[in-house]
Formats: sequence, C-alpha cells, structure tokens
Amino acid sequence: MSPKTLYDKIWDAHVAHEADDGTCLLYIDRHLVHEVTSPQAFEGLRMAGRTVRAPDKTIAVPDHNVPTTPDRVNGIDNPESRIQVEALDKNAKDFGIHYYPVNDVRQGIVHIVGPEQGWTLPGMTVVCGDSHTATHGAFGALAHGIGTSEVEHVLATQTLIQKKSKNMKVEITGKLRPGVTAKDITLSVIGRTGTAGGTGYVIEYCGEAIRDLSMEGRMTVCNMAIEGGARAGLIAPDQTTYDYIKGRPHAPKGAQWEAALNWWKTLYSDADAHWDMEITIPGEDIAPVVTWGTSPEDVLPITGKVPSPEDFRGGKVEAAKRSLDYMGLIPGMPLTEIQIDTVFIGSCTNGRIEDLRAAAEILKGKKVKDGMRAMVVPGSGLVRAQAEEEGLADIFREAGFEWRMAGCSMCLAMNPDQLSEGERCASTSNRNFEGRQGYKGRTHLVSPGMAAAAAITGHLTDVREMM
Amino acid sequence: MEKFDKLTGIAAPMPLVNIDTDMIIPKVFLKTIKRSGLGVNLFDEMRYDRQGNEMPDFVLNKPQYRDAKILVAGDNFGCGSSREHAPWALLDFGIRCVISTSFADIFFNNCFKNGILPIVLPQEDVDKLMDDASRGANAVVTIDLENQTIQGPDGGEITFEVDAFKKHCLLNGLDDIGLTLDKAAAIDTFEAKAAQDRPWV
Repeated sequence: MSPKTLYDKIWDAHVAHEADDGTCLLYIDRHLVHEVTSPQAFEGLRMAGRTVRAPDKTIAVPDHNVPTTPDRVNGIDNPESRIQVEALDKNAKDFGIHYYPVNDVRQGIVHIVGPEQGWTLPGMTVVCGDSHTATHGAFGALAHGIGTSEVEHVLATQTLIQKKSKNMKVEITGKLRPGVTAKDITLSVIGRTGTAGGTGYVIEYCGEAIRDLSMEGRMTVCNMAIEGGARAGLIAPDQTTYDYIKGRPHAPKGAQWEAALNWWKTLYSDADAHWDMEITIPGEDIAPVVTWGTSPEDVLPITGKVPSPEDFRGGKVEAAKRSLDYMGLIPGMPLTEIQIDTVFIGSCTNGRIEDLRAAAEILKGKKVKDGMRAMVVPGSGLVRAQAEEEGLADIFREAGFEWRMAGCSMCLAMNPDQLSEGERCASTSNRNFEGRQGYKGRTHLVSPGMAAAAAITGHLTDVREMM
Repeated sequence: MEKFDKLTGIAAPMPLVNIDTDMIIPKVFLKTIKRSGLGVNLFDEMRYDRQGNEMPDFVLNKPQYRDAKILVAGDNFGCGSSREHAPWALLDFGIRCVISTSFADIFFNNCFKNGILPIVLPQEDVDKLMDDASRGANAVVTIDLENQTIQGPDGGEITFEVDAFKKHCLLNGLDDIGLTLDKAAAIDTFEAKAAQDRPWV
C-alpha cells in the first residue's frame, strides 16, 4: 500500500462515491452552522420539500450578529441582526438540530464551541459556512469553510462534492523564544507563503514547535490556514489532543473511547508520504509580529519598519501603495511608533482561556493608556465563566478593559462592536482587510500579549519588553 | 440555476490584486436572509461615499461600464471569506463571468453554484483582456463556454480550460443537490458501514 499523508487517510476514509473524473462525494461527520450563512440554505430546503438528513450531526450557534453587552438578554436591537438570529432559532427547532441559543451559557463563537463541547474529533470531516472552519484541523480533522449553497447540499445529503487538494507540509522546527506565540507562527507562515500560496493545498503543520503547542495554540495556527489560501490546515493528533478531548460532553466514552483512540492512533502521515510542497521555518527565527497593511500577508517583526512600495514587485506595488494610504502609514516609520486607539482581544483565533491568561499576565497591575478603548470578548460563555473564576476578568476590568459576553464581536463589523472611520486597532483577530472592523477602520493583527502591551503603551509594542 | 452558454457583454477592468470578499460585499450586507438584491451593494465601499453618493471614478460607476457582464481582475480574486454573498452580489449586478490569473478556492467553487463562470488564464492573456476592457463601450467580449473560447473586440480569440463536470452543470443549469440525491444509495451504504467502523461519530 502506497504511503499516505494524514490528509490522504482522512480523505480515503470518507469517500462515499467517486465519479470517473475524480469528483467525489465526501461524507461529512460534523456540520457546524451559524446564523449568517444558513438562512438561505434552510429556506432552500423548505422550498424543495427536503429535510436535514443527519440532524444528530448538525450543530448550530449564533455568533456573528450577537451583541456582546449584557442587555442582549432583552433581545437584539438591530432589526436585521435580530431577524437573522431569530431565523436560526426557528430553523434549529423546525429541523431538530443541536442548538446553543444566545442565552445558553455554552453559546459562543462556533469554532470555539465545537471543540469545547467535544463535537470536533480526530479524523472527522467538519464543515461550516465560515472560512475559519479550518480551526478544527488542530484535532487532525479535515475541516474547511463552505458557501451557503454547499451548506444546503450538506444539510440535504450529508455530503460535499469535492475534488482532492494537494498536500503541503509546513514544518516549524526547534523551539519558540519567550514572548513568541502560536499567533506569531501562523502569521509568519502567511507572511512567507502570501495569501495565495496555499491555494489548492491542504496544509499539515508539523515539527517540534507545533508539537509543543497546547490544543488552543494549535487551533490558533490552523484557524488562519485559510488566510494563506489553503482549504484546510491539519495537525496530527497525539496525547495532547486525547487529553483535551477526554471527558468533554460529546466525546466518546467507555468502550467507544478505546475504539476511537485505536483509530486516532493511525492518523499520521507515513514517513515516506509524498508532499507536493514543503516549507520549513525554524521556530527560533520567529519574532512577535504585527501586520502593517490590509492583507494578512503584510507581516513584519515588531522590530521592523513600515515598508515602501519599492520593496515589492508586480501587482503588489500598487496594492502596497493602496494599503499604506488606507492605513495612513509612512514608509520607513518604526512599527513601534504606530499609535493605537483601540484594542480588541477575542475572536475564533485568540478568544480562548489561554489567550486571556496571556493578556492578563501583561496587564496585571497596569492600566490602559488614557483615551484607549479596549475590550476583551471571551469566545464562549464557558470561557467567560472560567476567566471570572481565575480572576482574569478582575485584572481586565481594573486595567480599564471592557469585559464582554461571547460572540464574534469586533473581528468583523456585523454587530455593534465596530471601529469608527480612521480608528486604529491592535486586534487578536484574523483579517485586516479594508473596512473589516468598520468603515475605514484600520486593523493591525497581533497576538493577545502584544495587544495587551499596546493597550498599556498606546502604540504597537514589543511584548518582550514588558515580560 | 440559469444555464450558461454564450455570454456577450462589456468587460470591466479591475487591475488590482487580492480583491477580497470584504471589498466585493462588506459584511454589513451579510444580514440579508435572501440570495437576491445585493447587486446595488457590490463593491459598496469603493462605489459609494459615506453619504451614499456614487464615486464617479470607480469603474462600475462609469457610464460605459454600468452594464458590464464580465470582470477582468488582478491575481487571487475573491480571497478571504467563504461568503457566497460575493457571487450573489456579482450576479445580481449582472456580472456572470470573472477572468483572472487566479482565484481563491472557496469563492471559485461558490461561483459555479450560482451560474457564474470564473475563468483562469495565464498572465499575458489576462493582460490582453485587461487592455481590451479598458476600451469602455468598445470592450465587448464574447464568452463561449461550449467551445471554451473568449472573443475580444478586435476579433482575437483566447481559449480557456474548465473542469468538465462544472462545465456540464453550468451549460445545463443543473442543481447539485438533485444530482447528488441520484446517488443516495451510495450515501446510505457509506453511512451504514461508517456507523459500524466509527460508531462514536
């Protein structure tokens, strides 16, 4: 039998049908659903007289539109947001799928809730109408985003029409230096590949620095695979993975746990498997990074300077000019001189308990800069409760941060948490596109520690100076 | 889904790389629960000022491009989010074909689900079409899916590649779900075996 990658193994285990031209029907083990990309899909089912084939494998939660202020228990003010969330409430009930409504303590960002509740398991195929579905790849699951028509297709048939992607290996060797995190790894990889470097590939992240990451760190890395163009990002499961999963509400138990574990232990790339592309980055070479521009590929170490359009080639020259203009930056300016007026800690990238601990570590006993608007948005109600138990919420409040309820919040301007025109945010989210966090808002992507540091000093700051 | 056979129309040039899905349709418009009506919000933040007035310099606001059916764009078109609202907005505006050197994966797939043909061409062909498209009212291009050709305003012809199955579905306006349910027996068989092999799923 020829050597296989982890991707090959998961793919082969899920092909329900293969056509002559190689187009496959891939069976889907977990379908996660949120309120923005599902209304038209459920409506399509109703209009065609179809139903959800596997409601037990379908899990929904509202996250993009929900306000993060406590008054949300009284309802959502914005009429369109309210309509979308109410549509999901109704669809979940009508079609009998698993659901965590807004006022359920387990509600949160879909890619945080799935793993937290033990829905995501190694070797599964997981899809959701959201590009950051790649997050679940941290468990050694094949997980990627799909569009609404595909959401409808999965609801109706529990399969996805797919052609196989190519295999890319991204190896991070050695050890990370102090102050360097999973967020810096994933941004550095995109800085290297560009936002299209992974297009057509599924990435497997491996190497010592990846193995050393906790599950939450691994989720941060895989979360941004899509920003490098890759359909999915995977990390092979190991003891760290099994320890995280064990005991979670929907994790297998008893005899099923043993059976599952036996299968999970076969989920790794064979030593002589074929890779279509390989990239290696020494962990020691990775510094705390920031994005300067309007693409996730615009990554530089915090010790660097704003680039000039002449530093680039081809179409990127014009794009860089546009980015510099949008971001109001001058070439040659040290990144640490960029003034920040808003800090957002949260999102499916960095909204978990370890992220909050990392930020609290920097903020302990300190205060945010005068005039700074800063908020921490935990990724789920359970993360929020744990942070309060650990005293992290007190640290945030004392430092001058707003302590919010769970949701996608300021990652994207679909709910009340938005940047105003010209505001500049150090954000632990995953996209810095024009207007992403608000019309003409300016986004610099960073790790939680770096965001905390910027909140205190009022400018992009090297977190290592504050450790 | 409407069939796609031959498309003749004005091609509009957008020589910008990495045109992302937030540019194509900002997230505030994702609050709709319908697929239709997004054409007016296509490229919203580049097309209108804050007061809602059209910005005259944006390509699709120019008189010669207001009825564009084809877009010629820079590398990596459609990068970013999985939002299918991006192709819905293009379609509702009237654009049924996008031509570039490269597309982001999810956007590329989403196009085919909506009767939009995304065409990948080598740089020199895209450069030529970008040039053709800059001619305004004379930038009439014909896309022939059956024969896989593009005819420019000066009569020149460019051939393109397209996945055979996707081409078949576009030409015939086929519904993915109907096609898959024809294979329901295969799905049943798989499900039964998987339930035995991996009962914890």
